[in-house]
Amino acid sequence: MNNDNAQLSPEALRRIDREVAKYPAEQKQSAVMAALVIAQDEKGWLPKETIAAVAEYLGMAPMAAYEVASFYNMYDLQPVGKYKITVCTNLPCALSGGVHAAEYVKTKLGIDFNETTADGKFTLKEGECMGACGDAPVMLVNNKRMCSFMLPEQIDKLLAECK
Amino acid sequence: MVEIEIDGKTLQVEDGSTVIEAAHKLGTYIPHFCYHKKLSIAANCRMCLVQVEKAPKPMPACATIVTNGMKVFTHSELAVKAQKAVMEFLLINHPLDCPICDQGGECQLQDLAVGYGDSASKYEEEKRVVPDKDLGPLVSTDMTRCINCTRCVRFTAEIAGFMELGQSYRGERAEVMPFIGKTVNTELSGNIIDLCPVGALTSKPFRFSARTWELSRRKSVSPHDALGSNLIVQTKHDKVMRVLPLENEAINECWISDKERFSYQGLNSADRLTKPMVKQGGEWKEVDWNVALDYAAHALRDVAKNHGGAAIGGLLSPHATLEELFLAQKLLRGLGSENVDFRLRHSDFSADGKRAGIPSLGMKLADVSALDRVLVVGSFLRKDHPLIAQRLRQSAKKGTQVSILHSANDDLLINVTARAIAAPSQLPALLAQVAKAVCAAKGAAVPSDLSAVAVTPDAQAIADSLVSGSNSAVLLGNFAQQHPQAATLHALGRLIATTLGGRSGFLGEAANSVGGYVAKAVPGNGGLNAAAMIKTPLQAYVVVGTEPELDAANGAQALAALAKAAVTVVLTPFKTPAMLDYAAVLLPSAPFTETSGTFVNTEGRVQSFYAAAKPLGETRPAWKVLRVLGNLLELSGFDYNSSEDVRNEALGGKREFAAGMSNGIEGVALSIGDGSGKLERVADVPIHFADPLVRRSPALQQAADSAAPSARMNAATLAKSGLAAGDAVKVGAGDTAIRLCASLDNGLPDNVVRIAVAHADTIGLGAMFANLTVEKA
Amino acid sequence: MALIDTINPLLTTGWAKGDAGWGIKEYEARGGYRQLRRVLESKMTQDDLIAEVKKSVLRGRGGAGFPTGLKWSFMPKAAPVKYVVCNTDEGEPGTFKDRDLMRFDPHAVIEGMIIAGYAVGAKAGYNYIHGEIFETYQRFEEALDQARAAGYLGNNVLGSEFSFDLFAHHGWGAYICGEETGLLESIEGKKGQPRYKPPFPANFGLYGKPTTINNTETFAAIPFILGMGGEAYLNLGKPNNGGTKLFSVSGHVNRPGNFEVPMGTPFSKLLEMAGGMRGGRKLKAVIPGGSSAPVLPAEIMMECTMDYDSIAKAGSMLGSGAVIVMDETVCMVKALERLSYFYYEESCGQCTPCREGSGWLYRVVHRIEHGEGRPEDLDLLNRVTDNMMGKTICALADAAAFPVRSFIKHFKSEFEYHIENKKCLVDPETQRMGSGFFKAGAV
Repeated sequence: MNNDNAQLSPEALRRIDREVAKYPAEQKQSAVMAALVIAQDEKGWLPKETIAAVAEYLGMAPMAAYEVASFYNMYDLQPVGKYKITVCTNLPCALSGGVHAAEYVKTKLGIDFNETTADGKFTLKEGECMGACGDAPVMLVNNKRMCSFMLPEQIDKLLAECK
Repeated sequence: MVEIEIDGKTLQVEDGSTVIEAAHKLGTYIPHFCYHKKLSIAANCRMCLVQVEKAPKPMPACATIVTNGMKVFTHSELAVKAQKAVMEFLLINHPLDCPICDQGGECQLQDLAVGYGDSASKYEEEKRVVPDKDLGPLVSTDMTRCINCTRCVRFTAEIAGFMELGQSYRGERAEVMPFIGKTVNTELSGNIIDLCPVGALTSKPFRFSARTWELSRRKSVSPHDALGSNLIVQTKHDKVMRVLPLENEAINECWISDKERFSYQGLNSADRLTKPMVKQGGEWKEVDWNVALDYAAHALRDVAKNHGGAAIGGLLSPHATLEELFLAQKLLRGLGSENVDFRLRHSDFSADGKRAGIPSLGMKLADVSALDRVLVVGSFLRKDHPLIAQRLRQSAKKGTQVSILHSANDDLLINVTARAIAAPSQLPALLAQVAKAVCAAKGAAVPSDLSAVAVTPDAQAIADSLVSGSNSAVLLGNFAQQHPQAATLHALGRLIATTLGGRSGFLGEAANSVGGYVAKAVPGNGGLNAAAMIKTPLQAYVVVGTEPELDAANGAQALAALAKAAVTVVLTPFKTPAMLDYAAVLLPSAPFTETSGTFVNTEGRVQSFYAAAKPLGETRPAWKVLRVLGNLLELSGFDYNSSEDVRNEALGGKREFAAGMSNGIEGVALSIGDGSGKLERVADVPIHFADPLVRRSPALQQAADSAAPSARMNAATLAKSGLAAGDAVKVGAGDTAIRLCASLDNGLPDNVVRIAVAHADTIGLGAMFANLTVEKA
Repeated sequence: MALIDTINPLLTTGWAKGDAGWGIKEYEARGGYRQLRRVLESKMTQDDLIAEVKKSVLRGRGGAGFPTGLKWSFMPKAAPVKYVVCNTDEGEPGTFKDRDLMRFDPHAVIEGMIIAGYAVGAKAGYNYIHGEIFETYQRFEEALDQARAAGYLGNNVLGSEFSFDLFAHHGWGAYICGEETGLLESIEGKKGQPRYKPPFPANFGLYGKPTTINNTETFAAIPFILGMGGEAYLNLGKPNNGGTKLFSVSGHVNRPGNFEVPMGTPFSKLLEMAGGMRGGRKLKAVIPGGSSAPVLPAEIMMECTMDYDSIAKAGSMLGSGAVIVMDETVCMVKALERLSYFYYEESCGQCTPCREGSGWLYRVVHRIEHGEGRPEDLDLLNRVTDNMMGKTICALADAAAFPVRSFIKHFKSEFEYHIENKKCLVDPETQRMGSGFFKAGAV
């Protein structure tokens, strides 16, 4: 973990370089989404200094990077808990319990959407369609791990796993 | 060309035109907010929806390209229904706080709401509130009023060259903002106020000071840089409240720089001299005009009688009007002095007598946009010439190759093709290399002076770029004109241009850089130039519109010379402690808003203007003061009835462009040193310190461009001097020294310390071009 | 893993082994990359290739149903730099077919994209993958590495003159990037705000270069079309509705999942394949083509066949083939409130009618749902939708409007009941039990 928000680790930069290589040489900005994800993975969220550092690395205006960071909803512009749980409550999920699953998690953790538990462990978010409606209820853990068919028993198990 | 029909009227328009452009050609107004002819098409406000025959949906006129036979209906039921629908959406979250909004009365949303809005809103939900942003001292925000047209965002990215504003978040929560914690710092920032179609972005200095319908409007011309931007000066009770651009596509397009927009604050400065003053027995007294003028005339006549006319010198501001410059030199010549100059920041006058004509841009400003290769020599381009930089920025996007040869690698926000950056003493050699490489590429004979020059890769890259084009120009900036080898740079620029079959020109330093020559405000036979006049003190000086300690090439020397003079007559809108020290008479003369006058801009365009306000207190237009002085001195030819009479005499008739312009030069012995290896000063004239008026605008003085001068060095130079950024340093030049803070500027070449001139903190350092010593203080 | 069933397995042939069948070896073993090899080895002309695709009447599977071969033929031949882009930004509520395609048969997508690149003369391609399916994105990156190692990607594909490389671009949470020009902006590293069209991507696409952009399922179908021939593929479906199609069935059915059926299969058959209604309850309504498609009441839906034309005739859209099934436990006001919230949340903020209108719609529906509705609200909603539709750069405003209009049209009495009685027509406990989250009797 690198604590200086304006500095990205060599490992992060290496991963960003790999993303940059996907695009034509004069289109480094194309890698900004991936670079912000990599930076967020490293810092836990996206402080403004980190966004500016990513922008500088890719040769773009910090504001252009901020537009991106604020447009896509899985970037965290505020600190989040160790486990960010995003519950899809959109209609197809709701028909199979998405809203109820969210309520269940809220009760279990004692927090509402966009809140973090006092111990800093969990943040709860309401999500939009994750493209897995057949697996409803669906949750995402830390943006990258998708959990399917989240009925009470499975939710209990997930929360217990998150240490 | 294609033929289309708009509301039953047919017209021919060029292929690729949009419907809104075609409609404007016909004089048909289509309501719009996001569309702006100088910005990219966003098509987001949707206000310009019109009906197009065969299209099932209304189409945005701003983004719809005309096709042959297209029939457009801007006021059909479908079009008006769509326009009204959009207006309703625009208003549901708008605060409708027109009574307390500065935009009220000149608001596009307000105007269009009258035509397309309903009298009552059907929206009964909670309205959106958007937090305001701090954009700096110039632009005020009320973001709840923002309709997200993104004109300001596109302006910063496209016109100003750096995306300082963006539209963050999305949907209804979208908001326009700068990067967190940043302000908008472009030297063109005020234009976003004009672009904002609502009251979200308004002028901070103007805020709540007047309603638009209370203001009188007068056309004027900017007295600052050499572009001659056209202005609208707005006054209330003879006080200038606001300055806006007057659109002139051939000059400033629809923009002005912040300097031009906000310098008016200086007009109301506490420094304004409002009564004539004379020093009697070491005491300053406010006196009547006739007393002051008598005093001045007598004093000057006495010096001329006792010491000869050549004991009098005239230091004239290049920001003075043509009329003022003309009458001042006529007065001095009437007194028998050829010592007159307006080129106060120059240090090399060896081109005098060798020029083929009046140096100027050498082309129309609009022609700059058509160049395909440009070499800018010795220029802090973005700050010295914000709108010429803007033109080059746009052409660079369309493929023009812009190269830079200079002593600082400031970010011009232009896609620069090639750069050669070196210490001031090395610039002539560097330009000589370019010249040699261009001659070689073009198969032209290399002048013998250049035979020993070895071409470096940087210079070769510039030459390669230049020879690959077909419409090129070499433009010499302020720094090149102020340079100790200015004549060499001029001659080399000319050589490159003629070899290329292109053009050479000067980016004039000030509003009357061409006008000064037209007015003959330069030394005649045996006369002293600006540098000579201050190097060896004279008995008397006539100072017009300038503060030489800040405006001359060597401010310290100027002050010393003035202090030694027996008589100094100053025509000035402002009084300064320095003047109270050195002057004998202070004559309150009008700034540009309080006089009629003429500026001849860098392309040679003659632009006259009238006063926008009554002179403050007992201030009088300087041309009238000089005319009366001429009468009192019983000089012939001072019987003018109007400033137009003066102008016509100066120009040799009424003209649109000055006569006798040429950038040709003959017989200059090239002076191509290859650098001293010593520490050299690079002196920039910061944009908000360049002339007495702008220096007195409180808002501009708070802007990012007004930071106090520091001793800027690159990392190597800092290290070599044993310094770190932030250290207090003692900077010495000859036997003087000042204290500054060291700072890092990696755009500088080695062995260079960049220290701004025209600032109180650095007067003591003396000459703009000098060898320096730097040590930890 | 989503359940699957098929009548005529084509696209889903490789799914049988689930997570064990996605690799390149397995793909090759079931005939994968054979069509690419054939195209390259036979030096098939671009025109012949496009003609074959045209014959199949493969219509874009992303939702708009535009004929794929025709789209390819729009690409300017002479342009030196062109791109092929795959739209796997599957975020339309109800749609989850592309995720499974990418999980179980990523090489079919890759092969389809390479062949498309050959057909239109592109040397590079990007697959834009929905932000929320990171594991799928990772697998696709692995599949790309496999294809590269096997010589299917890179310089001189399979030793031919044709060079093509393919990259994955991962989204990060924005529905609007499913709109093709928003997606292109997003690949360029910007906000996914759609571009005004024209110019269309075929002329001004990624980085301003001519670009062909198709849905994942569309690309995945290409190797199969070449394998069986365009005409045979067409004949699997109905005239003008060629081939098989993946339908994602979600909501109140016993076996939600993806189903591959020939175009024109009766809805009743699809419902039966999905295990019928959950708990044997009564069908109330179906959104047949993803959340943006107008809802249809049960009686109309039961008469429909699953193809572009039949659904259009019934007043809705086949869209992406996302079938959201709702039973009698659903409060239609609450269902609409959630959908309206979605469009309000996902509007990109660019065009005035959508930015302002989507929030207006949501707030009014929210009021009605929360017992604060007014009699004039239904007219107001219709008027606001009318003012939004057809007045924006992309179709999101229309997508926000369609549910509102269709819910009110078909279930007006339920909305009126809500306004009048300040509560749901369907009692809360019935609604609560409908989701199946709570076991009967549990609190």
